[in-house]
Amino acid sequence: MALEKVDLTKVKPYGDTLNDGMTQVSFTLPVPYGDESKEAARRLAIKMGLEEASVVEAKDLGVGYTYFVVYGKCQHTIDYSTIQVPKVEVDTMEKEEVEAYIEKHIGRDVVILGACTGTDAHTVGIDAIMNMKGFDGHYGLERYKGMEAHNLGSQVPNEELVAKAIELKADALLVSQVVTQKDVHISNLTELVELLEAEGIRDKVVLVCGGPRLSHELAKELGYDAGFGSGSYAEDVASFVVEEMVKRKLG
Amino acid sequence: MISKLNIDASIVGKARGAAGNIAEEVQKFIEEHTTVTVERTVVRLLGIDGVDEIDTPLPNVVVDNIKEGGGLGNGAAYWIGNAMVQTGNTPQEIAEAVAKGELDLTKVPAQKLEDIQNSINGIAQKTVDRIGNNRKKREDFISNVGEGKKPYLYVIVATGNIYEDVVQAQAAARQGADVIAVIRSTAQSLLDYVPYGATTEGFGGTYATQENFRIMRKALDEVGEEVGRYIRLCNYCSGLCMPEIAAMGAIEGLDMMLNDALYGILFRDINMQRTLVDQYFSRIINGYAGIIINTGEDNYLTTADAVEEAHTVLASQFINEQFALKAGVPEEQMGLGHAFEMNPNLENGFLWELAQAQMAKEIFPKAPLKYMPPTKFKTGDIFKGHVQDAMFNMISIWTNQGIQLLGMLTEAIHTPHLHDRALAIENAKYIFNNCRDLGEEIEFKKDGIIQKRAQEVLFNATNLLEQIEKEGIFSTIEGGKFGGVKRLRDGGKGLEGVMKKAEGYFNPFVDMMLGGNK
Repeated sequence: MALEKVDLTKVKPYGDTLNDGMTQVSFTLPVPYGDESKEAARRLAIKMGLEEASVVEAKDLGVGYTYFVVYGKCQHTIDYSTIQVPKVEVDTMEKEEVEAYIEKHIGRDVVILGACTGTDAHTVGIDAIMNMKGFDGHYGLERYKGMEAHNLGSQVPNEELVAKAIELKADALLVSQVVTQKDVHISNLTELVELLEAEGIRDKVVLVCGGPRLSHELAKELGYDAGFGSGSYAEDVASFVVEEMVKRKLG
Repeated sequence: MISKLNIDASIVGKARGAAGNIAEEVQKFIEEHTTVTVERTVVRLLGIDGVDEIDTPLPNVVVDNIKEGGGLGNGAAYWIGNAMVQTGNTPQEIAEAVAKGELDLTKVPAQKLEDIQNSINGIAQKTVDRIGNNRKKREDFISNVGEGKKPYLYVIVATGNIYEDVVQAQAAARQGADVIAVIRSTAQSLLDYVPYGATTEGFGGTYATQENFRIMRKALDEVGEEVGRYIRLCNYCSGLCMPEIAAMGAIEGLDMMLNDALYGILFRDINMQRTLVDQYFSRIINGYAGIIINTGEDNYLTTADAVEEAHTVLASQFINEQFALKAGVPEEQMGLGHAFEMNPNLENGFLWELAQAQMAKEIFPKAPLKYMPPTKFKTGDIFKGHVQDAMFNMISIWTNQGIQLLGMLTEAIHTPHLHDRALAIENAKYIFNNCRDLGEEIEFKKDGIIQKRAQEVLFNATNLLEQIEKEGIFSTIEGGKFGGVKRLRDGGKGLEGVMKKAEGYFNPFVDMMLGGNK
């Protein structure tokens, strides 16, 4: 029997049969464990668009709240064929290629400053990109020949980053935002752009942000040249920075 | 205890000896200096609390007044005692007068030293007794009601609102948690004062204030009675106010404090002279109050590689142990830290983690080791995250760790939701119960992967300690030997708050709390 062909204009979740819509969700309701709360979870799942919703697990969380795991068949579809997502336009090069590119097209050391700005104390992201050791087998920018990389660490005020950028004549600024409760990252990232503009150096630097909640689209909207989400490595950022420098004749 | 890892006790002795010399060298520096927060702590322990009309805490008002008068080298206790003898007022009344600008402490005519010491010692003894009573209350609760088995299940709440934290903390206790840590608002560690009163707003955590401590202590005692287990309360005794937080915690009956000798220097860029002086007094208080300190070696592995830098964790544990002993913290209160942070793709990585955890337990047998969960290699794949946490839990029960900071399947995504915490507790309870005596049953192959790894890490840690012993801790940190982070002796925050003690410096609490074994 031939398999049914996927209709890309009407895509829905797949469990074990095309278009079965099978979806799992889990959530907590602020009501006590019991038959009534299970029924509430089932009805809520139906409102979410899950047909034949079934509560497969309910657990008392100890404060009169209940946790549920629910399965159901999603009734909605998505037109996949018309979707377009803005991405960072970069041909990622390997470390050695970036180094050769710098030598050939820029001909001097590229100065990069990185920091976790504002109140953010979580340096995992910026460390993964910048530290010598890098992350998961991908060396960080500090190890790149032709790059002078400075990791300023955590909780760096925007003012300090801008002052440092002027002092060291930075070519690129990398800003990491990991803890982003209550959208504090948005105002913090915006403030940096405003400060750079006020100092008249926004167009002299490549400005990049990164973090698990940052998309390229959001980054562009906030006035950055690029935004890197989870799964980006040092070479992605390095390639973007050097290519952007050449494109904008910042070399 | 027979070593399952075939560890050579003489090498452990060498490492410990080197760490002892390192701490001894720094101790000379510590004893010659005091800091603004050490003096504010003395002020707090003398019963001064509250804020002035612009919300500056009175301990800051008093210490700033003495500092401006150039008298801080004598110690705040001297000046407050002097004013007490002159005016006949209480420390609180004196602080209020300073806040109103009615009194300038260093301008009060000098009284007889004996009278000053007598009036201060009477009040100091009352505070010390109160702290001793809190310790006794904890012991009574545990013997009357009970406590959880080790490893204690340690979870975090971090809503920013102390009243919301209470709901989450009580829920966690009912689900099985033994320790509740209230994460501090981001960047509180960099404030050179402690905020005042109950707070309902914070970023990524809740401000550590004395009132918040009191609210949470009461909530945990209530739920502890209900579930039949003493629920421990943990906070953060780090940053620019280490000893002040220790004093507040001791007064309000906290049970655990994150309290590392080097953490602030390396990871918060606090000046090293400041932190080393501050940690000493904070640990004296924690030691006396029966508070378990948690050291922060796990943090090295977030900036450095867990395989290559494993020996720096062990070396730091040795150093933390020696600093803690100097401050009168018994081994039973040393929650020395380490973490399960190796890359999950590593072949036999589990064996190496096991070697590290077993080694720490054998080298520090009485310490309730604080074991930290995987964070660095957590992704948005919550299902894999749950398995990583299970592997971590397995090692903990196998090697008899003391305090288990539970891994959250959503670690890389957000601060824990109510059900994330419930799933984490369930994961740990299942594995701890199911594998309870695994460690009693299993021995390791002679000269196998696990034994050799432990021996290698110990060897490298000993070399590092001997090197630090020669260079001194200040130069070692300047050279970036811990966590790959470099800090300068005169760099970082808070150096302006460090000063040399003057002739006749007076702090009654050091002697009272150390019981004369300074």
